[in-house]
Amino acid sequence: MSRITLESKPSDGVRELLRHLLDKGKVSAVLAPRRLDDEGSLDLGFITDRSELDSIDPFAPVMIANTAQVLSMITPSSSKIAVVLKPCELRGFVERVKREQGTLDNILTISCTCGGVFPLQKAVDGITGGMTANYYSDLSSEKIHAEIRETCKACEHFIPINSDVTVSLVGEKDLDENCQIYLNSKSASELLEGLGGEIDKKEYDPAISAGLMKKRLAEKERLFNSVFPGKGGIDAVIEIFGKCVGCHGCSRVCPICYCVSCDFESMNFDSDIAYYEKELSQKGALRLPPDTMLFHIGRMIHMSFSCVGCGLCSDVCPADIPVASVFKRTGDKTASIFDYIPGRDLEEAIPVMVFKEEEFSRFVDE
Amino acid sequence: MDKKVKKEFDPKIVGFLCNWCTYAAADLAGSSKMEISPALSVVRVMCSSRVDHNLVLTTFFNGADGILIAGCHPGDCHYGEGNYYARRRYALLKKVTESLGLESERLQLTWISASEGNRYAEVVNSFTEKIAKLGPSPINCRSDL
Repeated sequence: MSRITLESKPSDGVRELLRHLLDKGKVSAVLAPRRLDDEGSLDLGFITDRSELDSIDPFAPVMIANTAQVLSMITPSSSKIAVVLKPCELRGFVERVKREQGTLDNILTISCTCGGVFPLQKAVDGITGGMTANYYSDLSSEKIHAEIRETCKACEHFIPINSDVTVSLVGEKDLDENCQIYLNSKSASELLEGLGGEIDKKEYDPAISAGLMKKRLAEKERLFNSVFPGKGGIDAVIEIFGKCVGCHGCSRVCPICYCVSCDFESMNFDSDIAYYEKELSQKGALRLPPDTMLFHIGRMIHMSFSCVGCGLCSDVCPADIPVASVFKRTGDKTASIFDYIPGRDLEEAIPVMVFKEEEFSRFVDE
Repeated sequence: MDKKVKKEFDPKIVGFLCNWCTYAAADLAGSSKMEISPALSVVRVMCSSRVDHNLVLTTFFNGADGILIAGCHPGDCHYGEGNYYARRRYALLKKVTESLGLESERLQLTWISASEGNRYAEVVNSFTEKIAKLGPSPINCRSDL
C-alpha cells in the first residue's frame, strides 16, 4: 500500500518504529528478539518499557524460540501488540490460528525479507559482530550465506506473506543507511502515521530479491534430492531416523504440533511385557524404546502439509537428524496434492478438515 | 529358484471394512458361497474414516504385506460424508509413503456397496494376486523399526 524510507540501518529503523508505536500508545507491548549481553546471547523479549527497546535486535539471524508458539501464549490480547518475526514464524502462526491456537486480532506483524538464520548451536555460542557483518553483506548481494541452516538455504518463502509491515533486506544495496519499510495493511498505515521518513505509494516488488529466489529454488532442489539416500525405502528411512533417541523434541518445538495430548505420548502406545514377548516371538529382536519410525512417519502424515520449514526441529535434535529437511521434502509433496501452501491464507482450510465431492479419483481404485 | 519362493509366499493382507457397506458385501459374498482369497483378515470398522494412519502404519510394521481399506461409495456413506474424509486421508497417506519410497502400492482404498458381493470377491482376489506378485513387504517383521 505504501512505503516509508528511513535514513538509518534497518535494525535502527525498526527500533525507531517500535519506539514510535510505544510512545504514541499505539501498541501496549512489543515482542521481538533481544540481545542480553555483548557475547551475543539472545532471547525473545516481551516488552512494555520504552528503555528496554534499545536491546532489541529485530533481525538477529537466529531463531531462539518459535515466535508462532509464543504468540499462542499471549493471544488473544486485549490491547494491540507489535510482533517482530520471521516470515516462516508468521506462516506458522497462521497455521496455528487455523487450529484455534491464537488469533491475529490485535497483533501488528512486522517481518522482513529473510536471509535465513544460523543454527541454534551458533546462537548458543553467541552471534558475534564478525559473523553478522558477512551475513548482511550477503543479504545485499542476494547470496545464500554459507553458515545458515540447511532448511533456510532451501527456503523459497523468504518474502513475508500477509505481514502488516515488511522491512526489505534482501537485495537492498545500502543496508547501512537505508531502511525500506513497506506497509501492507490499513492498520499498519494508521499505526505508523507520523513516524517520519520519506513516504511514497509503492508496494514491495519481488524483483529486488529475484536473484536470491533463483538460488534458493536451485538449492531446494539439490537438498530434496540429496537428503534421502538413493530411492528411499525402509532402509533409507531407518538410516535417517534410526539415530532418534525418542526425546520428541522435534514435536515440542514444532509450531504446527500444538496437541497438548500428543497421540504418540499417550497411553495408546504403551505396551506391557506380554506384548513385547509376543513381538519378540515374531521378530527375534526389537528396538527399544519402541515406535521410533511410527513416530516420525506418523507425525509426517499428521502435519507435513502444514510444515513451514522453520527448521527448529533439526536445530534441537540431539542426534543431528535432518528432521526439517525430510519433513519439508515430504510436506512439499503432501501440500501440493491439496494445492495448499501453509500459512498463505487464513481462510484456506486445513486440507484434512474439508473435502470436495469429486477429487482424488486417480488414488482410488473404483 | 525365484519362482519357487514366490509360489510359496502366502501374503498376509488386512482389510479394514466399513460396517455398513463393505462388511455387508463380504457377508453377502460369503453366504453366496463365492470363492474369496483366505489371505485377507477382516477388521470391521464403523466407517472407512475410522482408519487413521497409525492403524495403517502399525499394521504394516507388524507384518502385513498389503492393506485394503473399503467403504461405501461416495454419496452413500452411512454418516453422510465419512468416506470423503477417508479419501483425503488416504491420499495423504499414499503421498507420504510414496515420498519415502515405502511401496505405497501395498495400500488400496476402494468402494464396495452392501449389494456388491461379486465385486467384493473380485477386489479381494485381485488385490491378493497383486500383493503375491509384489512379494513380502520389506517392512515385514523388521526388528529395527
